[in-house]
Amino acid sequence: MKRRLRSPSKTLEKLGIFLLTLFAAVSAVIFLLPTVLTISNSFMAQSEINANYGIVFSSITGGGKTYISDRVNLKFIPDMVSFSQYFSVLLKTPDYLLKFWNSMLLTVPVVVFQTAVALFASYGFARLTGRLKEIIFFLYIILMLMPYQVTLVPNYLVADKLGLLNTRWSIILPGIFSPFAVFLLTKAMKRIPKTYFEAAMLDGANEFDIFTEICFPMVRSAVFSVLMLVFIDYWNMVEQPLILLTDEQLHPLSVFLSKINTGDTGLAFAVAVIYMTPSLLMFLYGEEYLVEGITYSGGIKG
Amino acid sequence: MKEKKREERLTKSRLTDTNTLFAKLTVAPSLIGVSVFFIIPFIIIIWYSFLDNPINKEFVFFKNYEILFGNNAFLKAAKNTLLLSAAAVPLAVVMSLGLASLLDSKIPAKSFFRTSFLCPMMVPVASVVLIWQVVFHYNGTLNYLMAEWFGSAPVDWMKSEKSMIVVVLMFLWKNLGYNMILFLAALNNIPKDLIEVAELEGAGRFYRLIHIKLRYLSPTVLFVTILSLINSFKVFREVYLLTGDYPFESLYLLQHFMNNTFRSLDYQKLSAAAMIMSAVMVVIIGALYVAENKFGGDVEE
Repeated sequence: MKRRLRSPSKTLEKLGIFLLTLFAAVSAVIFLLPTVLTISNSFMAQSEINANYGIVFSSITGGGKTYISDRVNLKFIPDMVSFSQYFSVLLKTPDYLLKFWNSMLLTVPVVVFQTAVALFASYGFARLTGRLKEIIFFLYIILMLMPYQVTLVPNYLVADKLGLLNTRWSIILPGIFSPFAVFLLTKAMKRIPKTYFEAAMLDGANEFDIFTEICFPMVRSAVFSVLMLVFIDYWNMVEQPLILLTDEQLHPLSVFLSKINTGDTGLAFAVAVIYMTPSLLMFLYGEEYLVEGITYSGGIKG
Repeated sequence: MKEKKREERLTKSRLTDTNTLFAKLTVAPSLIGVSVFFIIPFIIIIWYSFLDNPINKEFVFFKNYEILFGNNAFLKAAKNTLLLSAAAVPLAVVMSLGLASLLDSKIPAKSFFRTSFLCPMMVPVASVVLIWQVVFHYNGTLNYLMAEWFGSAPVDWMKSEKSMIVVVLMFLWKNLGYNMILFLAALNNIPKDLIEVAELEGAGRFYRLIHIKLRYLSPTVLFVTILSLINSFKVFREVYLLTGDYPFESLYLLQHFMNNTFRSLDYQKLSAAAMIMSAVMVVIIGALYVAENKFGGDVEE
């Protein structure tokens, strides 16, 4: 009797799980598809791109191109796998590689030095007590919450006064002192139990030792996730170069890619794939760190 | 004997005193940088926003603000940005909580699903814009599929009021993963025994959700809301990369307005606009804080 009562609810539960899994699978496809399609389409030859997507890109340039189909023909797999896009990007059109290099020159210094500055500052913010420190840390949080539309005005002002406009420094310097990494690493530092410090001091360690031997190893995974989060934010930058860099030669690939529609549509997918490679590789190798870092960032209280 | 005591006291104070010179020095580089690049110029901007022009330096009180509120471009940009955020933020909160609950349930292959939902945040916007263009173009995939399946007439997704929907979708696609991780962590922090007790005492699924889970989640709901709000201002990236400098009217955002104002380098207008925006941000965030304290205040610690 009991069994009969239980079994319908069990099948119901199984059905529920099945439906949830189905829903999750459909969602996963939606989340992955744009990226997967970009990658698969990068292996199309130029002529195939023009045939399939000619209409999208020709209408942007204002016509004048010949295309075969009058509607878009989104394809999962190219008719013929070809590396011609990559070949052209890497060997024939140095412009894209130059812009890729620009992206690197803007992003890497910000990532490295923002993390380094924050690593020190977070130690101080985690250790110091008192009202003044509370106020300063609160200011950091407010700054962190301000959108670019607000912070770009002070950034522009300083760059203008220091004569940095239209140089990479106008983006790199404010980026180095952006408070996000300080915020996240301070939260990680605060999780280190106080007894560790006391024990080390009893053993005669000086504070620098404590910083390098205890704090640094204990926040290492948070540092990795800060590196990733700052990297993707700056790798993705659009707002700052549009305002601070009037010379388009200095623009990063993130801005330059939007102009690809007007010209080499046959290369666009390959360039897009090359551009997403660094951050996707980071994700592939560091997903756990990323998840941990996001978890740390949760909650602005405390 | 006396000396030993003194030494003991000294060691003790050395152990408990965290306000050491070293700790202060570690903060110095960051604090100097933040002061030079953010705080000091910010104060100058507050001052600028009350002047008639940078050369004359005459104090004009709120005139710049009045001019700005009479500026149609600014009003339009502000309205569009607020509308976009008002649509995107609640959706982002609810849907990411949904995804987190999904991963908190008994489905298989959770780590695969987590990776899939998180992946878009690591893909640069510029890289996937091509696919979005192909999908949402007037002759694009979406219109084709909708005609094929439902026989509906094509919609001009990018050049009509509907473009807002496309941008919200792109925003959700990119941001749900991050929020979901925050909610997952919060769901794990809810005391399991509390839920079990409630279950034993006959509390229904709905009661457990509203009175226990949501209360414990409320700080995270607050954080995700603020984060989504900030990220919704970054949606300019998607709009710019999709449509360039001159988007359809309903996608003319505050960042477009700022870009144009930078071009004419009108410091007064820029400063006043930045001040208004930061004031709005502070008010919204403050209000969210108060609301969260009222709703979830009693469960914290």
